[in-house]
Amino acid sequence: MSTVGTMSTNASGSGSGQSKPIQVMGEILDINRSGSYFILSITAPGIAEFAQPGQFVTVGMGGEETSMVLRRSFAIHRVQSRGVYGGSLDLVVSPVGKGTTWLASRKRHDQVSLVGPLGKPFTLPTQAVSCALIGGGYGSAPLFLLAEKLRERGCRVDSIIGASSDDKLFGGLDLKRVSSSLTVTTDDGSSGIKGRVTDVLDSIIDAGGTDIIYACGPMPMLARVAEIATTRKIFSQCSVEESMACGIGVCMTCVLPVVGDDSITRMVRSCVEGPIFRGDRVRWSDIGTVPSDTFGAPEAAGI
Amino acid sequence: MTRAIISTQGNSTQGVSSQGSQVPESAGSRGSIVTPQSWLDMSTNLGGLNLSSPVLTASGCAAAGRELDNYFNIAELGAIVTKSIMLAPRAGRATPRMAETPSGMLNSIGLQGPGVDNFIEQDLAWLNARGVRTIVSIAGGTAEEFGKVAAKLRVAGGVDAIEVNISCPNVADRGQVFACRSDSAANVVQAVRRNSDSKMPIFAKLSPDVTDIVEIARSVVSAGATGVSVINTLLGMVMNTTTMRPALAGVTGGLSGPAIRPVAVRCVWQIRQAMPEVPIIGMGGIRSGHDALEFILAGANAVSVGTSIFNDPSAPIRIQRELAHELGQRGFPKFSDAVSYAHRTVDLVPNPAQETFADDWDFITE
Repeated sequence: MSTVGTMSTNASGSGSGQSKPIQVMGEILDINRSGSYFILSITAPGIAEFAQPGQFVTVGMGGEETSMVLRRSFAIHRVQSRGVYGGSLDLVVSPVGKGTTWLASRKRHDQVSLVGPLGKPFTLPTQAVSCALIGGGYGSAPLFLLAEKLRERGCRVDSIIGASSDDKLFGGLDLKRVSSSLTVTTDDGSSGIKGRVTDVLDSIIDAGGTDIIYACGPMPMLARVAEIATTRKIFSQCSVEESMACGIGVCMTCVLPVVGDDSITRMVRSCVEGPIFRGDRVRWSDIGTVPSDTFGAPEAAGI
Repeated sequence: MTRAIISTQGNSTQGVSSQGSQVPESAGSRGSIVTPQSWLDMSTNLGGLNLSSPVLTASGCAAAGRELDNYFNIAELGAIVTKSIMLAPRAGRATPRMAETPSGMLNSIGLQGPGVDNFIEQDLAWLNARGVRTIVSIAGGTAEEFGKVAAKLRVAGGVDAIEVNISCPNVADRGQVFACRSDSAANVVQAVRRNSDSKMPIFAKLSPDVTDIVEIARSVVSAGATGVSVINTLLGMVMNTTTMRPALAGVTGGLSGPAIRPVAVRCVWQIRQAMPEVPIIGMGGIRSGHDALEFILAGANAVSVGTSIFNDPSAPIRIQRELAHELGQRGFPKFSDAVSYAHRTVDLVPNPAQETFADDWDFITE
């Protein structure tokens, strides 16, 4: 069963090079607007220093007596491991629900509860290869750390960001600074090329000689990116967005059907076995179902 | 159970100071800050199962303990209650499996798990090696399946108690919720009892979605259950107003969290009143030591922390600490004296807590 593999990884903790997650109170240092989004800088001693690209943190919502019992998860956008505050990190918040609206309305010096770093990070190439980074909406947030790491290794980084409209794009200029090239798309043409990130992906691959594709954004975008990558025989890593109750691997709500090394499909937890998955391993069109050939699937439908 | 009063009252005026230098004379008086954990006896007895602490994890909210061990030493808890395990591996239900609700959440996981053989080999072995007291929650589609799982656990060993999950609401046919009828509940418990050592403590986990939970509790105890775990989730439903369909793929789900706590406390109270001696594990929305105390006063011999773990991974150990503090503040020298304390018929001497802590009883002003 999938749970077993992950649990042994977890139990061995730092054995895989990942640090164990911790629970800390963070102080909000700054809140800045960026289009429709808010960037929160929060002290996170013990988390920021060990965070790797693609990992996330969860934030407790609404204070001690809150009616919001579930934490919200956010990809780690940037980290500062030094400074007068010790380690701190930046999160990108899209205030669409009750919890994210609460978080975006915090003030400087407010305290929030953080757990992290959580999840498996992006796998980095050992050689200076050509990489395409694709972010949909605020899905570009974790790509900044990734781009920096890739550039450190001498990789070519072609970034593509897209959104429905200009105000939903995140991080254009800043991402350009750490990228070899930046392409922008919007559905309504209010910024960059009119269309979707996946419309321009083929030409970016052709121009940059892409060896690896990294993507983070809405599920339909990831599904299409993975399809293009698989068709063109390019290794892809996708950061999925599944709603999570715990973020630490105990609740089993954030599962999706993923094919393992043994070719068996399992319902795996995106919080501990993800959120980064190989694009060719996720059964994108079956998300939201339990495919009948899944390990442990019911013989008859309906369970 | 009402006899607890005598010893408690006696101890709160004399016994405490006889504990010596650790406890200041002012122990229990308003405003004094005492940390009672060091001397307060938190041990509990659940029908032959002795645990060093009454605080457990709730089934389905702690997996098999490993993940939580990152956040605190899980061996310091009374026990880990594992996620319900079935005979065969199970993929569970489709997503979305979760929806947040006011002070709670709905889940519809559908008992995803690796199957009992893998559980024994991996999780149980790890828990035993880690030195963690383990209560294994088991589930099944039929009474026979429950029996087979219990039989495998008997062979494996290393199990401190079995919790029989006859009340998971996330099954396709609500008719399968054994805990909704006393005869089907009893059948399952009998099958588990037949396949377990006679001394194995067996707790039947009951559903609050019944007309008379006491009737179900009586039937499982006469079928061989050592005690009861109350409560499992309540069946609930949430609409997604964007798709204008049910929010959960499984349509209905189990409601948990602080929203259900008063229901759970009521169930513990009713069962305790009907059955003064039966061991009860209380659960349902416990978020603090104060919440845990409510269950204990109502009659719980132990408490399980569930949904709060999702909010605070170290909630169980925090609640254990807070509970010790709450008990110490009220002058209880040991945990077991507080069990069922709300059922006492008469205060033999004026309750010191009433005088000294009146302003802590926030419900008076709320």
